[in-house]
Amino acid sequence: MAEGSSVGAVVAQRMHFDEPLHCRSGAVLDAYDLAYETYGALNAERSNAVLICHALNASHHVAGWYADDPKDIGWWDNMIGPGKPVDTNHFFVIGVNNLGGCFGSTGPASIDPKTGQAYGSRFPVVTVEDWVAAQARLADRLGIHQFAAVMGGSLGAMQAIQWAIGYPERVRNAIVIAAAPKLSAQNIAFNEVARQAITTDPDFHGGDFYAHGVLPRRGLRLARMIGHITYLSDDAMMEKFGRGLRSGAIGFHFGVDFEIESYLRHQGDKFSNYFDANTYLLITRALDYFDPALEHDGSLSAALAGTQARFLVVSFTSDWRFSPARSREIVQALLDDKRDVSYAEIDAPHGHDAFLLDDPRYLGVLRAYFENIAEGGA
Amino acid sequence: MNSQAVLAAQSGRTDFDVIAGWVAPHATVLDLGCGDGALLRHLARACEVHGYGVEISDENVLACVKAGVNIIQSNLEAGLAGFEDGAFDCVILSQTLQAMRNTEEIIKEMLRVGREAIVTFPNFGYWRHRWQIGIEGHMPVSERLPYEWYNTPNIHLCTIVDFENFCRQRGIEIIARQVLHEGEEVRWLPNLRGSLAVFRFRRAG
Repeated sequence: MAEGSSVGAVVAQRMHFDEPLHCRSGAVLDAYDLAYETYGALNAERSNAVLICHALNASHHVAGWYADDPKDIGWWDNMIGPGKPVDTNHFFVIGVNNLGGCFGSTGPASIDPKTGQAYGSRFPVVTVEDWVAAQARLADRLGIHQFAAVMGGSLGAMQAIQWAIGYPERVRNAIVIAAAPKLSAQNIAFNEVARQAITTDPDFHGGDFYAHGVLPRRGLRLARMIGHITYLSDDAMMEKFGRGLRSGAIGFHFGVDFEIESYLRHQGDKFSNYFDANTYLLITRALDYFDPALEHDGSLSAALAGTQARFLVVSFTSDWRFSPARSREIVQALLDDKRDVSYAEIDAPHGHDAFLLDDPRYLGVLRAYFENIAEGGA
Repeated sequence: MNSQAVLAAQSGRTDFDVIAGWVAPHATVLDLGCGDGALLRHLARACEVHGYGVEISDENVLACVKAGVNIIQSNLEAGLAGFEDGAFDCVILSQTLQAMRNTEEIIKEMLRVGREAIVTFPNFGYWRHRWQIGIEGHMPVSERLPYEWYNTPNIHLCTIVDFENFCRQRGIEIIARQVLHEGEEVRWLPNLRGSLAVFRFRRAG
């Protein structure tokens, strides 16, 4: 399923914004930078732009690779590129690192100009709404009034939903993959365990660890291990690792016996070296707080009533973190509102992570949908 | 359940035309077992309906996405739980009724989510079917029932009389009926001479 080719070497860019951003919390961010990448060319009508919103641990580096680090391939490179489902021969694709991130956009590790110190614990608790507002300003600067599509998986899909709600006339298609209209108590619980792991790490220092020259690696490591378990299905994990043993026999100790332990530790270690602990807290909180129905007496239909976009909703049968039932809630609300919506339920075994993987049925539906958008004049 | 498109082509799409004649312009329509979306595209052209299709097969979902038809991937046998009461002006089940396991339940569900319903089905009472089973002594095979007994998806075949009795017993009001054969309406002895039945109905009262 390696149809199409890579967008090739890409260069990350950065845009500075001086207009204060009034966050949902009431906090104000006076100025900020957004890191982003673009692939393909904006057409003369400026009608072929596609915004890709990232999930928990990803970034603006969506496709292609960096000339100085060819192994650093974009996180959705199988989806985006020449001849790929989101075909950069037709579309101008934008990836953006969200506010509070740790890959180039202003975040907790950035220097607060007011203090000359890292923001740390003083960085505002940003929300999906705040992210989308910042993304809209980036779109303004890039001269894009209306996106052909806003697209994301998981938390990225929540941003696509928020785009359609907050800026109805600016989104022609909302692509909502492996999503939920709001987190369940179980989902919030997983996030809380991850946050507790971080905030109780002695090296966390209340979020101001930068000044102490340490990183709360143990906490981040645990947070990532917990997260990772929830992104995979039981079957996928069993298929991949089974009860395989590292040394061929159990060791009667508490070190690494099983392959899955080794894998989780490796993932945790890797993650704790490049991800910011405060960013992890912020992003999980943004997930917790997203609930567009809240200010409509719990009615998702009412929240989506003002949307104008066509929706494509995709879920994966083995995803237990954001199960198909959660996607069907979104579909039902859109049907209530008589919005144009299509829904594909992909029988994939991989769990929540399936949205990042190569499943021909999944990529086929996306390809067909985007071909129609392209034919429609984008 | 992907036989709809094939059969539609064979029939010269006349049941599509009958259905289009019964659907109000700009109506909200749900097409259950919509195949590749051919009927919904026909209705979009003919009466500018706001339509949605329901399909279980990945292949048909992809075909509908390609065709730009709103498609909801769902198993009809599990009912229409994702759809609100009275959400649609018209719910259509075209050449799929006979392949449903829960026939009664799907009719009930159609009348729950739709103000009106339309079904089309191959008429088992068509004389060639009767001849094959009554005289030749084998299960009927025809252009409407193109399968052998061992590979047919059709498990709930009925005649026009059967369907009318079914509706009468359940307080379902038949608004209109048209019986067709080879693209022509059959008015005289329809249950004997017609191979395809199209019914429009709603809850009585």
